[in-house]
Amino acid sequence: MIVETCDLPAHELVRRLKQGEITAVGILESTVARIDAVEGRAPTTAPYQAEAMDQEKIHAYITLTLDRAHEQAQAVDRALEAGEDPGVLAGVPISIKDIFCLRGTPSTAGSRILENFISPYTATPASRLEAAGAVTLGKVNLDEFTYGSSNESSAFLPPPGNPWDPKRVPGGSSGASAAAVAAGESTISLGTDTAGSIRQPASFCGVVGLKPTYGRVSRYGLIAFASSLDCPGPVTRDVTDAALALQVIAGQDPYDATTAAIPVDDYLSGLEKGVAGMRIGLSPDYFRLRYPDPETGELQEQPVAPEIAAAVRQAAAILAEAGAEIVEDVAMPNTQYGIPAYFVISRVEAASNLHRYDGVKYGLRYEGAVEDMIELYQKSRGQGFGPQPKLRILMGMYVSAEQYEKDYYQKALRVRTLIRRDFETAFDPQGDHRLDCLLTPTTPTTAFEIGRVYGDTVLMQYADLLTVPANHAGIPGISIPAGLDSLNLPIGIQLLGPDFSEAKLLRVARAYEMATDAEAWRKGKPKVLEAT
Amino acid sequence: MAETITPEIFEHLVELAALDLDDEEASYLRRELNGQLKAIHELESIEVAEDIPITSHGVPYSEAISAPLREDVIASCKEADDILAQAPEVEDRLFVVPDIPHEDLS
Repeated sequence: MIVETCDLPAHELVRRLKQGEITAVGILESTVARIDAVEGRAPTTAPYQAEAMDQEKIHAYITLTLDRAHEQAQAVDRALEAGEDPGVLAGVPISIKDIFCLRGTPSTAGSRILENFISPYTATPASRLEAAGAVTLGKVNLDEFTYGSSNESSAFLPPPGNPWDPKRVPGGSSGASAAAVAAGESTISLGTDTAGSIRQPASFCGVVGLKPTYGRVSRYGLIAFASSLDCPGPVTRDVTDAALALQVIAGQDPYDATTAAIPVDDYLSGLEKGVAGMRIGLSPDYFRLRYPDPETGELQEQPVAPEIAAAVRQAAAILAEAGAEIVEDVAMPNTQYGIPAYFVISRVEAASNLHRYDGVKYGLRYEGAVEDMIELYQKSRGQGFGPQPKLRILMGMYVSAEQYEKDYYQKALRVRTLIRRDFETAFDPQGDHRLDCLLTPTTPTTAFEIGRVYGDTVLMQYADLLTVPANHAGIPGISIPAGLDSLNLPIGIQLLGPDFSEAKLLRVARAYEMATDAEAWRKGKPKVLEAT
Repeated sequence: MAETITPEIFEHLVELAALDLDDEEASYLRRELNGQLKAIHELESIEVAEDIPITSHGVPYSEAISAPLREDVIASCKEADDILAQAPEVEDRLFVVPDIPHEDLS
């Protein structure tokens, strides 16, 4: 089987580039050819009429920045020719979730209200990737302002398709990031994770998604959703690339006071040291789900999809074989409250962050006649925001109103403490479990069909049930591919660890990857690539 | 906490949020808000001891790992023109807005 250049992982591209086997321009051309083959029509805000072809293509890019990419690729090739170091990500094609500002490019957040906003500056993680030699191909689609788990809420349509079955969603909100990486349209994508928005789409698309510890990666230049939960992180082909990308983007930033003054570990040197002696936990609370019945609203309990549960247990067996000690029955009793608490905390923070869009300084302004400033706000915001931002603003205002604030917001913040304590207890070096990490499913199901859940905002939110606790607690998490289900759709498993334990999580993930390297499912190919 | 968001409460929220909505959108949004409120009500059943503090972000920020305050120095904004170029309407480098509601006190 011939592997095309655009399907290689970043570390392999850089190796070949530095050995003179390929050029940065050559890598770019291969990736652009793939984009031409699988992308389909570009998503826009024009009134959307679905066409049959839409559900055969990916539609990842809102904006392609090919001139920028060519200049960057040529600069890498010139540096190599001159014998200079072109950077650790030299020539690696990247895409940027369109929630990050990138100077000189439209930075839309997937919303009409920012459709014409050209960013005057670049987000720190994006500028660090570019400074390391990465080649920026463009800005990729997302749920509007990241509000969703399927990418269907973007104002830019058609929605992205899942490369494994484009009739299905790629997940969200970094859905087009995961789809682009899975389909060979970019090697690495920069995403964000507020409730699972890197890990859930990575799981749905069969790629690796890393949510770092809160404070590990700068949020400067990230258009804010929920400021106490948002985390930038990479979506990649494999675990080594995740380590490589994190190495580049992690660390303090004078422009983000929440970045922690803790030295960045070397994520690559210990990556293949294995899991001997590590204690890896399994919790029954991550194998059963409580969520409201879509018909009655009554809470019901269900197990996660059996194939997903089996993949997690199989992964535990593989890691045990590799020398880890598996600790069963770790109680994480507050997992189930992650979504209700999230419904409150994220909405209050979102409402606060969205007040800045007023049609005055940037973004959409209502063009008709208005009586006064208030009407300008109402019309501009009414026209510019889609239903998901509107819902978050309204709910945020409701639960933070003076008469409800104690019962809702304060209670949710105290429940957040309980969720954090579950993890502290599990990871406590003097505790009963003394875990290095917890192994869980990433999602309750594999990718669902476009249109099946969208519109039901409660059910959609529950797609993040197993990922959101890490955001409440601030801890790092990684989703890695762990097989295909009977519909040939990717299954993801998740590793969660203590604050700033990314090096260890990557090591466990890499151990699993190495142990399953020869598995038949690893040879599976996304459906969209079968025709290429 | 068994409230629902009535049309009156909804209207008040919409006014506070400065959103112009059509009827169909308003009815969808109110229905979804009430659906979400049912999920939020699950918080009621959780026993949280009085001494449990709030967590406003997961990772504790001790002084040792917090970034020091930056020096308070004046620096010019190189991107001022680019920022102004994003404004829907500008005159003499000032943002132009319609009439600001006010009361005449004279």
